[in-house]
Amino acid sequence: MHLVLAALLWLACSCAYAQANAQADAAPLQFRSASEQARFHGLAAELRCVMCQNQSLADSNALIALSLRREVLDLMRAGRTDRQIKDFLVSRYGEFVLYKPRVAASTWLLWLGPGALLLVGAGVVAKLLRRRKPAPATPDDDAQEW
Amino acid sequence: MNSSRWLPLVVFAGLALLLGAGVWMSRNPDRDALPSPLVGRQAPAFRLPALHEPQRMVTLAELKGQPFLLNVWGSWCVECRVEHPVLTRFAETRRVRVVGYNWKDEPADALRWLAQYGNPYWLVLSDVAGGSAIDWGIYGAPESFLVDGRGIVRWKHVGPLTDKVIASELMPALHTMASTR
Repeated sequence: MHLVLAALLWLACSCAYAQANAQADAAPLQFRSASEQARFHGLAAELRCVMCQNQSLADSNALIALSLRREVLDLMRAGRTDRQIKDFLVSRYGEFVLYKPRVAASTWLLWLGPGALLLVGAGVVAKLLRRRKPAPATPDDDAQEW
Repeated sequence: MNSSRWLPLVVFAGLALLLGAGVWMSRNPDRDALPSPLVGRQAPAFRLPALHEPQRMVTLAELKGQPFLLNVWGSWCVECRVEHPVLTRFAETRRVRVVGYNWKDEPADALRWLAQYGNPYWLVLSDVAGGSAIDWGIYGAPESFLVDGRGIVRWKHVGPLTDKVIASELMPALHTMASTR
């Protein structure tokens, strides 16, 4: 009887422990102030989740996104600037974590490409327009019956 | 004047080429894997307990001297079970030490998993909280890092190791490492 009781107690305890564990992992982050929360959300929205690559860190439910959100908050509380936090993640996960890539030699095409394409398009249009001779005014042809 | 008649065709051909290149570039099934900024750099320092002797703390400095393959896994990871026989076969060749990195896992579950499927690892590190994993840029399991004797990361693979990946990427990386040592 004692054994059964002990076993039951142990089971109850281990269940509670497992639950606490799961909750600790899934618990939403606790913010100390509204400004901290605003800064965190701003930062998390600019960071890409590395696991599910079309979601931001703020949106993702992936295991790693959870850890990284926690890490970002810890770094914020350690007094790091947004810039330092981004550098921290980039040095570990690569440029990919930034939704807004930096302007660097490797990203010039990305940043300047659309503008360059627009210029090329404008050039083509301008050339076509200039080449098109002014169309002669359509002659009034009352004789025609349309 | 004749050239403008060909313009639409040229534009269409250009677009087709661009889209074709896009399809061609996405032919790699591992296209979502992120290139690790760690490759070519010193591996991050860590201090983690060994799974089989929790009181023993292992550091990177201890592992230096000889190259090792760090394999990230968890008992919760489905793909790790797919990878397991491949990894076991590779570990049995004794080409390089295979160190397990048990990530975000309960040690009891991890030990049960190893007892059930077999332990291919020379040593298993246990990172229950996943703190050091962030330094390694780990974002999923399985992942594998090849670290040389000086502690420099030489190669990383995201996703399960396959015989093909081992033959076409890991072995050549090991060869270049051996020749430049």
